[in-house]
Amino acid sequence: MATMNMIQALNSAMDVMLTKNPDVLIFGEDVGYFGGVFRATDGLQKKHGVQRCFDSPIGESGIVATAIGMAAYGLKPVIEIQFADYIYPAYDQIVSAAARLRYRSAGDFTAPITLRSPYGGGIFGGQTHSQSPEALFTHVCGIKTVIPSNPYDAKGLLISAIEDEDPVMFFEPKRIYNGPFDGHHDRPVQPWSKTKASDVPDGYYTVPLGKAAIAREGNDITVIAYGTMVHVALAAAADTGIDAEVLDLRTLIPVDIESIKASVEKTGRCVIVHEATRTSGYGAELTALVQEHCFYHLEAPIERVAGWDTPYPHAFEWQYFPGPSRVSAAMRRAMEG
Amino acid sequence: MSTARKNKPQLKLHIPEPKHRPGDTPDFSHIKVGKAGEMRRPDINVVAKETQDIAYGLIRVLGEDNLPHGPWDPHVDVETLKRGLKNMLIVRAYDARMFAAQRQGKTSFYMKCTGEEAIAVAQAAALDPEDMCFPTYRQQGLLISRGYPLLDMMCQVYSNERDPLKGRQLPIMYSSKKHGFFSIAGNLAMHYSQAVGWAMASAYRGDDRICSAWIGDGSTAEGDFHTALTFAAVYKAPVILNVVNNQWAISSYQGIAGGDEATFAARGVGYGIPALRVDGNDFLAVYAVTKWAADRARSNLGPTMIEHFTYRVEGHSTSDDPSRYRPADEAKAWPFGDPVERLKKHLIALGKWTEKEHTDLETSIAEEVRATQKEAETHGTLGSGKTVSVKTMFEDVYKDMPWHIRRQRQEMGV
Repeated sequence: MATMNMIQALNSAMDVMLTKNPDVLIFGEDVGYFGGVFRATDGLQKKHGVQRCFDSPIGESGIVATAIGMAAYGLKPVIEIQFADYIYPAYDQIVSAAARLRYRSAGDFTAPITLRSPYGGGIFGGQTHSQSPEALFTHVCGIKTVIPSNPYDAKGLLISAIEDEDPVMFFEPKRIYNGPFDGHHDRPVQPWSKTKASDVPDGYYTVPLGKAAIAREGNDITVIAYGTMVHVALAAAADTGIDAEVLDLRTLIPVDIESIKASVEKTGRCVIVHEATRTSGYGAELTALVQEHCFYHLEAPIERVAGWDTPYPHAFEWQYFPGPSRVSAAMRRAMEG
Repeated sequence: MSTARKNKPQLKLHIPEPKHRPGDTPDFSHIKVGKAGEMRRPDINVVAKETQDIAYGLIRVLGEDNLPHGPWDPHVDVETLKRGLKNMLIVRAYDARMFAAQRQGKTSFYMKCTGEEAIAVAQAAALDPEDMCFPTYRQQGLLISRGYPLLDMMCQVYSNERDPLKGRQLPIMYSSKKHGFFSIAGNLAMHYSQAVGWAMASAYRGDDRICSAWIGDGSTAEGDFHTALTFAAVYKAPVILNVVNNQWAISSYQGIAGGDEATFAARGVGYGIPALRVDGNDFLAVYAVTKWAADRARSNLGPTMIEHFTYRVEGHSTSDDPSRYRPADEAKAWPFGDPVERLKKHLIALGKWTEKEHTDLETSIAEEVRATQKEAETHGTLGSGKTVSVKTMFEDVYKDMPWHIRRQRQEMGV
């Protein structure tokens, strides 16, 4: 057991898998000698050799395409797209190839790639380093979408993703790489080391895909969140004093409907939060699911808190970011409804 | 408008146009045909810039005398040539029957490769059977050469109860891992960079299999083509990057893909990839350049680009009428002849084949293909209602069916 922040936990997951499985290899922009712009692959090339962890050209479609070819061969490539904002050149390869290969070849060929990419705001990254594009992938059948919210889960989920036999989009909330940011940007930064979730085993373990976690047990309202917003939701629960149950989805597709049902049936109220823009965001799907599965248990309309439907503006970071005050307001509305 | 620039000609947007449109007399005299045997054959460890003349020239082996000439003569044994001829004839007979089947309403769509048969068939002969292929929809000759059953191909075209792809794919988008034939997609060019990844994986594992990918002249304009060349060059991937320049991308002539400004082979040189340009209707030349490229890949010398200069004799697919955009008799004017006819004449010139043997072979193939078609149709044609179970529609989206897809299957009542 060691104390790790999320970057160290992700690094450890890749280290474990490189050691365990010779078919695992890692590549992406700046991930080799340098160890990645966020240091997630730091030291892996030195330890495992250049053939196991290497730099790629700046060509996201090529990174994904070559990974698909490698996976079709039988390898388990783990690739990094440096920022989720830069994933769009690879979108065709993800949607038209990785997601469909098993289906279109009737199981003859598969593309079990793991695509890691830092996403989300709260870092003054402007509109090209802050986006949350997860809904563009949850909409696509044939791929799984995973978003961890803490170091322990990040490592266990990444190992599960690498071992999974389907393509996995692994989006990493970069704002919480170094500490559990709860949206109170005016307060001192907290390190992961002060939290239980920073106790991370050194070796191999998994956190299963498709299973949500209860980040906070409560009885009066369910807040469904993932990534950074789990911590924002926890802050909102503390700020309002409402006995909220905070559900950390961890996997968006396939979503853990049983945990959602169990919680909403218990509380009868639901707030759904994400950083991504609101319209056609993943929250829309969650809202529909809660309505379909829990309608007769609902005592108030479902509330959604999301990024505004504008690009992420550099100067207005905290007006844009759906922080604890907006989540708190939505929780209060849902409690009154 | 700035007054200082008044003396310059007004800017003018250039829109490339083919030399001939319907009603014109086709004329290919602007194409330099060259002589068989005149192109030099460099050592396989050549650097890209030293292949510039070959990328702009044309490798030809079979001469007007139907005999091989020059350093590219691959000295192929007669059995291989006869097998190649037979495979090309099967492709042609198969294409004819499936095209007709579409016209009879037995399927939705079909694509022939008439005039381009030598490319897939000669390359299949030159590659090892275990080498991996990332083809387009016009390399059905690879499957046929590798012994994939015609019956399976037909059942795929019919999307019937015996379709190996369970009715999921448009006709002709075959897939067979066992035959080293990657699943075809309608999204053009994407597979080209995937092929580079497959080759990188083979190198990573220390395997001895190489990879070959095909793309049309038209889709070289896609970003994936250029990505593939970059990655292949950077990692010296053991891959053969073929461009089949058949002059037409549906109704757009190759100039719309940039072929008027430089040859497609020349693109390879710019990326540091040795490039060859070959008469794609010359079985021996296609075989020879493929062997050369395969030798390079197997020797860790990296990728090779090959432009196969050929002509798409038929329409793009069953969905277009080529006489609407090019002279109806343009194919007849193509100066490089027909690949089947040329190989036949070569075997006859060698004294190893006769017109009678050829006719007999054509007849027996036609009969075999007809019989196979009959059998395929006992398993259903498109719209006949004979399909795999509709339940299978929900399978293989993921390895294990997640709850939401299971629920949708139940909602459908199957």
